[in-house]
Amino acid sequence: MVHQYRNNGYNIVLDVDSGSVHVVDDLVYEVIGFLKERRTASAQEIMNALGGRYPQQEVEEALEEIRFLEKEGQLFAQDVYRGPVLDFKNRPTVVKALCLHIAHDCNLACQYCFAGEGEYHGRRALMSEETGRKALDFLVANSGHRRNLEVDFFGGEPLMNFDVVRKLTAYGRELEKKHDKHFRFTLTTNGVLLNEAVMDFCNQEMDNVVLSLDGRKQVHDRMRPTRNGKGSYDLIVPKFQEFARRRKALGKQYYIRGTFTHYNLDFAQDVLHFADLGFDQLSMEPVVAPADAPYAIRPEDLDPIKDQYDLLAREMIRRGKEGRGFTFFHFMIDLSGGPCVYKRLSGCGSGTEYLAVTPWGDLYPCHQFVGNEAFLLGNVEAGVTRQDLVGTFKTCNVYAKKECAECFARYYCSGGCAANSYNFHGRIDSVYEIGCELERKRVECALMIKAALASGEG
Amino acid sequence: MKHIKTLNTRSLQESVKKGGCGECQTSTVGNQTCEKNR
Repeated sequence: MVHQYRNNGYNIVLDVDSGSVHVVDDLVYEVIGFLKERRTASAQEIMNALGGRYPQQEVEEALEEIRFLEKEGQLFAQDVYRGPVLDFKNRPTVVKALCLHIAHDCNLACQYCFAGEGEYHGRRALMSEETGRKALDFLVANSGHRRNLEVDFFGGEPLMNFDVVRKLTAYGRELEKKHDKHFRFTLTTNGVLLNEAVMDFCNQEMDNVVLSLDGRKQVHDRMRPTRNGKGSYDLIVPKFQEFARRRKALGKQYYIRGTFTHYNLDFAQDVLHFADLGFDQLSMEPVVAPADAPYAIRPEDLDPIKDQYDLLAREMIRRGKEGRGFTFFHFMIDLSGGPCVYKRLSGCGSGTEYLAVTPWGDLYPCHQFVGNEAFLLGNVEAGVTRQDLVGTFKTCNVYAKKECAECFARYYCSGGCAANSYNFHGRIDSVYEIGCELERKRVECALMIKAALASGEG
Repeated sequence: MKHIKTLNTRSLQESVKKGGCGECQTSTVGNQTCEKNR
């Protein structure tokens, strides 16, 4: 399968099944378009189709280059991964990451929160140290030979239970020595309780921190008020700036992560606002919400959103050229060291490699399923008791979704989000169409940025 | 190549032989980097 498109003056050809990305001239772009429709066309037929607009020698050269790439498996490659290469059902899986819901409580009342003000439509609760230790024991015991394990302190707002975060991190370090494992700890916070002690601790122990900020003050405060209805922007931004400055000095990762909604369809301005505040590791995701929510992304919003991604991509190139570049998570594609095909086809790992743990130790396929009893997998003491559900998630992959068969972005999105599929279609092996449409656009922009960098622009 | 510039240095087919160790970070998966290539 070949996908070709034009963006920002570049002709880009993505050979989907080999992952090869080619930047081509107008002649090759036309020829490949013709060959997509008529794979066995002769040189003469192609010449005729081009209507004499290119010299014959040029056309012959172009065809020679196309055939060379085809022979090398970099153009019109076939999908050779299905079947014997990837036996999804029988592949052994181990648990390698936990999302620890350290607090089902929050000091903000964000309008779009899928956790319903941090409580996951249940009761307020904080995870005890004992439950957390059992969760880490469960992870180590179920991780097989995997050495790299991940634990994200999540909520609600994890800093509402910071003492337990501290103790569990220390316990994780003990387990590392005992079992020859490596823990990668991360923490997601709204910043309200961020202080010197938290920063020092995180800079020592957290491989990554995700700092929630939605953009410009009026945008952020509209969606992320405190429990008593006040905005939170002025309280958190100076702290985030200091935190990011310190982490950057230490060479540590952080992400400023926002959510955009129907209310700020000009979200590129919010991403650029992050950059103007001095942040340089940025992420901004479209809200996923019930279709009738006033802030939900609607089908008619898609075109303006795509325009914003284009604008953002061009601005990233421009600022990069000026020496004030930044990274944008969804435009980060590693063409030389990206994930292997096994990873790309099997998806995010929810329900198999990645599990969420509630404050009282229940296990769910991921943080977005928490609170839905139909997806309760077990608990940290008894382990996973619903192997049937794990099996369902194991076989939920790119090949299980008919929509992915014709999609050029399938090796980048890996079949999309099971929770989004469930929330919109009542089943995990479908797709969330708005998410698909936006992912395709982001992949196109990301590859265009690569083309610009390769051409010396940016 | 006069008409085509290829941006990759590694193909997906190649990763069939070399991939699958499972040590990579849990994620859009395509925005990740293989642990061996960090």
